[in-house]
Amino acid sequence: MNKQTVLPNKKFILLSMLLLLLLIISITFAIMIGSVSITPLYVWKVIFSKIPFFQNWIEQDWSRSQEIIIWQIRVPRVLLAAIVGGGLAIAGAAIQALVRNSIADPYILGVSSGATVGATAVIILGAFSFFGIYALSISAFLGSLIAIVLVFFLSRVGGRISIFRLLLAGMAVSFILSATSNFILMMSKQEGGMKAVMYWMLGSLAGAKWSNLLIPMVIFVIVFVLLWLHYRNLNLLLLGEEAAVTLGVNLQQFRIQLVLLVSLLTGVLVAVSGAIGFVGLIIPHIVRLIVGSNYKYVIPISALLGAIFLVWADALARILIAPEEMPIGIITAFCGGPFFIWLLRRNNYSFGEGD
Amino acid sequence: MTLEAKQVSFSMHDQRILHEVSIRIKEKQFVGLIGPNGSGKSTLLKNMYRLLKPESGTVLLDEKDILKQSSKSIAKNLAVVSQETPVLFDFQVRDLVSMGRTPHKKLFELDHEDDFKIVREALFQTGIDHLETRSFSSLSGGEKKRVMVARALAQQAQVIILDEPTNHLDIQHQLQLMDLIQTLHLTVVAALHDLNIAAMYCDYIYVLQQGRIVCHGTPEEVLTPALLREVFGVYADIQIHHLTGKPYLTYVSEQFTKKALKEPSI
Repeated sequence: MNKQTVLPNKKFILLSMLLLLLLIISITFAIMIGSVSITPLYVWKVIFSKIPFFQNWIEQDWSRSQEIIIWQIRVPRVLLAAIVGGGLAIAGAAIQALVRNSIADPYILGVSSGATVGATAVIILGAFSFFGIYALSISAFLGSLIAIVLVFFLSRVGGRISIFRLLLAGMAVSFILSATSNFILMMSKQEGGMKAVMYWMLGSLAGAKWSNLLIPMVIFVIVFVLLWLHYRNLNLLLLGEEAAVTLGVNLQQFRIQLVLLVSLLTGVLVAVSGAIGFVGLIIPHIVRLIVGSNYKYVIPISALLGAIFLVWADALARILIAPEEMPIGIITAFCGGPFFIWLLRRNNYSFGEGD
Repeated sequence: MTLEAKQVSFSMHDQRILHEVSIRIKEKQFVGLIGPNGSGKSTLLKNMYRLLKPESGTVLLDEKDILKQSSKSIAKNLAVVSQETPVLFDFQVRDLVSMGRTPHKKLFELDHEDDFKIVREALFQTGIDHLETRSFSSLSGGEKKRVMVARALAQQAQVIILDEPTNHLDIQHQLQLMDLIQTLHLTVVAALHDLNIAAMYCDYIYVLQQGRIVCHGTPEEVLTPALLREVFGVYADIQIHHLTGKPYLTYVSEQFTKKALKEPSI
């Protein structure tokens, strides 16, 4: 017996290395760009000076304000962009496997409309003020949690999740929750509040701080590892119930776990960044175009590509109409839409229709 | 390893599809399931591989109730080539065949060199090693069928259930596939619609009609003009083929049989 583990194929390793390098370069660039430009050398000097072992080796030759800009403002923001991008991309890939439909995105389960109600309540009505600066994130997360719980229970029939019901329940709950936030907006008399809500709905990473980075990062890592380890089951979801049964996998249990994992991740991300659209939809498509449908490769490559994409989108959001900021959702849609049209025009890419 | 259905009944939409059907496949026996469309062949097989749950009766794999075993341990012993192969999204042939290794894998286990060897062997046996890196959706119907058979082989089960395995295959590949399955010396049950194929390969045949077993025995015992007329509604001329030594059927359409019946009277 030869039990030697076979490494993933060389092409995959090469591609991951390449994307990882690209991600590091993108992060460096994104930290350099802004109202005060900074050289790449200082970017990494400051970052390494914060890492326990390396700090002794680095001579501190930068100003206090440079350090604050790099370490307190730009690094957490760029990291958040990477986490949100990677997170939404793997959530989208997982949801597309769950519902066996490539037009699904992480928001199809009503997460974003739930979060919007929470955010609107905070911005317009001043709810949850006792949470202080975290009121927005916490209530957005609570909103998405309520949406998920509703959708989840509506889609269960006799202990099983019906995918058809899941999609319909997601739509129904989204309608009701969107109506709720629109109602709050309509009844409000504050112009500023409406603009703030609109900004929030289009997504922004401006609120990034070290303090609100930890939870999204931990949840992202956990969900990423679990999804990757379950790549066989994700593949079987695409193959269908019959194939899964004959290969000895109980998909029902896995579906429930998947809904919970993806909802948790999406809820946490939306709570810190608003409902950034398009990433969770297009990144998995691009990845399938490059590596095929095998989730062994789809999950890690989606995470990397999603992270790179959102780091650049956020950099653009900051500089396009500086000193003002463009909502990042506008940029992701402007980049994503044309790309999607191009994909539609290619006739050798099946959108998961088979043949 | 044996496989057995004991008095299995099954209904769908208040309609009885199977009436207390019992069949038994002995160790390394090649058993055929024949019957006209809608006679319940696929439904019986689906009950036997746990996709459907019998209303009453039991299915025994290796003399043990399949509903009392974990689905994983069943999948190690029982492979299935089902009729439908609806694959959404797109997989490489190699990836699809590798999925046959799933029941042998623990949750966090990676593929070993052994798994690759088994997958390559399955690709080779089914004659699709040249398609290894092709995308599944670009294949023809017959090639797709062979990928599904390769996946079942990669599962390395002792028992294999085949639901119309020769569908979509041209004659050459029909015979190649049946030859391959026969040489594997597994316990096999196959729903077959081509009665000549059934006669050539099966050790034993069960005939289903409207959800009931109406006849069973060796091909020579079962395939008689009387049975074919009664169950399939066709007239057939049956001879023992001089090369195979097995019954060989020639179907004769009604217009010829009428003529044949008339002529002697003239």
